[in-house]
Amino acid sequence: MSVYRGGVGQWSWLLHRVTGVGVLVFLLLHIVDTALVILGPEHYDAIIQLYRHPAFRVMEVGLFASLLFHAINGVRIILMDFWVDLMRFHRQFFYAQMAILAVLMVPVTWLMLKPVFFK
Amino acid sequence: MTLSASYSRPRPTRGFEAWSWIFMRVSGLVLLFLALGHMVLMHLIHNVDEINYAFVANRYAGWLWRFYDLSLLVLALIHGINGARVLIDDYVHKPAAHRATLAALYLVSGTLLLLGAYVALFFKPVPV
Repeated sequence: MSVYRGGVGQWSWLLHRVTGVGVLVFLLLHIVDTALVILGPEHYDAIIQLYRHPAFRVMEVGLFASLLFHAINGVRIILMDFWVDLMRFHRQFFYAQMAILAVLMVPVTWLMLKPVFFK
Repeated sequence: MTLSASYSRPRPTRGFEAWSWIFMRVSGLVLLFLALGHMVLMHLIHNVDEINYAFVANRYAGWLWRFYDLSLLVLALIHGINGARVLIDDYVHKPAAHRATLAALYLVSGTLLLLGAYVALFFKPVPV
C-alpha cells in the first residue's frame, strides 16, 4: 500500500471523509429506528432498549466526536475558502482544532458515560 | 494559479458542481447549529435512558420539534448524500460499478428521506 505523505492537511482531509461517512451511516440507521414509532410503543421501546447497551453508549460518544470534528473542520474549510491567506497557517489551525475537540470531548464524554458506568 | 487551486481541489465555478459546493457550505453552517443542537439536547441534556415512545409522543405533541427534526433530516441527509456522491466519484472508477453504487445510494437514502419526513410530519402517537 502506498502512503501519501501529505502531513496534517492529509489527515484532516481523511478524517473529514471518515467522520462524514460514519455520521451518514448512523443517520440512515437513526431514521429507521425512529420510524419504528409508527409501529407502536413496543417496537420503538425495543430498539431503544438496544441503544441503552454500554457498547452502544461508547459508540455514541464516538458519534458525538465524529460530528464535532466534522463541524469544526468544516468551519476551518469555509474560513480558508474565503480567506485564502489563512491557508499558510493550516498546520496551526489543525492543531488548534484538535485541541478544541479534545477539550470539548472531556465534559461530553463524562456527561454521556456517567449514567452508564457511574450510576 | 491561486494558492487555493494549487493546494486543493479547485473550486467549481459553473453548473451543478458549483451549486453543490455552495450547498455543502451553507447547509454545513446551518447544520452546525441544528445537528450539534440536536446532539446536545438528545444525547447530553436528555439521553437514551429517558427516551422512549412516550417521550417522542410528548415531544411531537406540537409542531416546533417536528419542524426542527424535519429541517435537520432534510439538510443532514442531502449534505450526507452529496458527500457520499463525491466519495463514489473519487473511488469507484468502473462505469458499471459507479452507476450501481450511485443508484443504491440514491435509492436507499431517497426512501429513508421519505420515511423520515413521513414520521416527522404525520406520526400520530397512540396513548400509552
